[in-house]
Amino acid sequence: MIRLEGVSLTLGSFSLGGIDLSIGEGEHFFVIGPSGAGKTILLEAIAGIHPGAGGRVILGGRDVSGLPPERRGIALVYQDYGLFPHLTVAENIAFGLMTRGRPRWEIVPMVESLIAQFGIGPLSGRHPGSLSGGEKQRVALARALATDPPILLLDEPFAAIDPQLREQFMADLRTLRREKGLTIVQVSHSREEVFALADRAAVLIGGSVRQVGSREEVFRRPVSVEVARFTGFENVFPGQVLSSHSGHAEIRIGGLVLSAHTTFPTGSRVMVCIRGEDVTLAPGPGNGEDCLPGVITGISEGEHGVRVRADTGVPIVVHLAKREFREQGYQSGDYVAICIDPAVVHMLPG
Amino acid sequence: MPARPRVPCDHITLLFILAGGVLVLLTLLAVLTIAVPELADPLHLASVAGEPGVMDSLLLTFAAGFTAVLILALLGTPLAYLLARNEFRGKAVVEGLVDIPLILPHTVAGLMVYLLFMSRGLIGAPFAEAGFFFEDAFPGIVAAMVFVSTPYYVDGVREGFGKVPVRLEHVARTLGATRWYAFSRVVLPLTLRHIMSSALVAWGRAIGEFAAVVMIAYFPMVVSTLIYQRFATGGIAESRSVAFLMLALCLVLFIGIRWLMKHVGRYDDSA
Repeated sequence: MIRLEGVSLTLGSFSLGGIDLSIGEGEHFFVIGPSGAGKTILLEAIAGIHPGAGGRVILGGRDVSGLPPERRGIALVYQDYGLFPHLTVAENIAFGLMTRGRPRWEIVPMVESLIAQFGIGPLSGRHPGSLSGGEKQRVALARALATDPPILLLDEPFAAIDPQLREQFMADLRTLRREKGLTIVQVSHSREEVFALADRAAVLIGGSVRQVGSREEVFRRPVSVEVARFTGFENVFPGQVLSSHSGHAEIRIGGLVLSAHTTFPTGSRVMVCIRGEDVTLAPGPGNGEDCLPGVITGISEGEHGVRVRADTGVPIVVHLAKREFREQGYQSGDYVAICIDPAVVHMLPG
Repeated sequence: MPARPRVPCDHITLLFILAGGVLVLLTLLAVLTIAVPELADPLHLASVAGEPGVMDSLLLTFAAGFTAVLILALLGTPLAYLLARNEFRGKAVVEGLVDIPLILPHTVAGLMVYLLFMSRGLIGAPFAEAGFFFEDAFPGIVAAMVFVSTPYYVDGVREGFGKVPVRLEHVARTLGATRWYAFSRVVLPLTLRHIMSSALVAWGRAIGEFAAVVMIAYFPMVVSTLIYQRFATGGIAESRSVAFLMLALCLVLFIGIRWLMKHVGRYDDSA
């Protein structure tokens, strides 16, 4: 459906380099990456906003590389929605139909049905300046979909709306995609959104695609330390394989030894990556299988859980659920057992 | 409507009021020294206003100013857009050229306009061959006015374009708009206020021009030339009546247009 072949673009000091991507019809594809990675520019390159882009963009089998945005059949919704402040909600939604020179008697009922579909009836005569974030978003989406584009590009659509509206909007997106057979490319930096919506995701760092895969692949099996750090592997250590046979290995990290599933041969230098939420804690200086003795050195409570820093010869970050944290009553200075299942240890060549 | 915040009464504010007040009082005083004697002698004022030369001159000035602004709108708007949206080699040079009339003595501007547009000038000569003359004619006045008011229009409108997020154009394009459609239906309406206020300032600059105009066209006389001519030949009373008429007309027009602008190009529902 969407194929990018060596798409490159330089804007001032930023450059997007040799992007190859293939996105299937009806897929909900995510582009994730740190800020400044070029995610929005990648969307704009698909949309054809910057005429100087190199490489080829193929949409639905048609090479659109030389075509301006208005002839590509894509809709783009920016983070700030880009509603036209001088037009009413209804006029905003009608804009795409007007550009196609449709007669008024055709446009009016189409706009009315979109307004009803998106539940924004009471807003139709208002100007965007007086709408809330959630309302703006619905209007922007209705406007983008008014001309039935097969492809929808979304730039951080959740950034400016209240958390309680997010669930609803995610559900709406799923429904829209199913009903209209939309192919969606969405820029995001929220893991939550990716897990809720993505079929696949690409990790963009420093203007180039570092990994493409299912959400499990990207979040469980990053291909590089950079991707690992971005996708939330807080524990990344250099190590060496002490012994390895039949997929099971002992890895030395500094002064401690970990078990892991890997096929790296004995003696290899590796990077060991472990997600904070995959590490478990047990009270007391326990020393069971796959557990190491350690001491809690720091605790910071977040919205969804508690981030515990512990030292077991190397500093390890552990994410605990709030309930577990409270039940155990952990405190800084407590001796704990830090347990790491060999299955959660991800290794990269060092 | 929210209550107006009261001006606080502390030492700094008082100092600022004193300093600023000097300027405001000066202007007020200047207006009054013209207005009071004229209003005290309405018969003389009426007779001056009735003179054919005076009315012709006022009409000529306003019409030439209006024409100059029209030309600026046609040529200056695209230039302002280019400068607002693009970075290119030599942009600083273009910007400098646009702003030259701001820093130039207007006699120098007048000389430049004269040398270019006189019937032997680079631009004037081919026109003269076709029987179209700038010297001592309406087109010459307009040429001088356009020259001196260009920076006021272009810089103002450019600022307006700069305030329209470029993403709105991108969105319009993805919705099917051509570049022209996006410019005319999205960017232009959103810049309307800046265009109007810049046009007003440029117009004010144009109708007030004396030095540049007089060098290419002493006749027909624009108001500035007329006032100077009467001042030099007839004295204060002769020139003051014309000056007062000009002042009154400008005031009415400026207030009218400012009022109009309060109601144009504002897009919030609270207004």
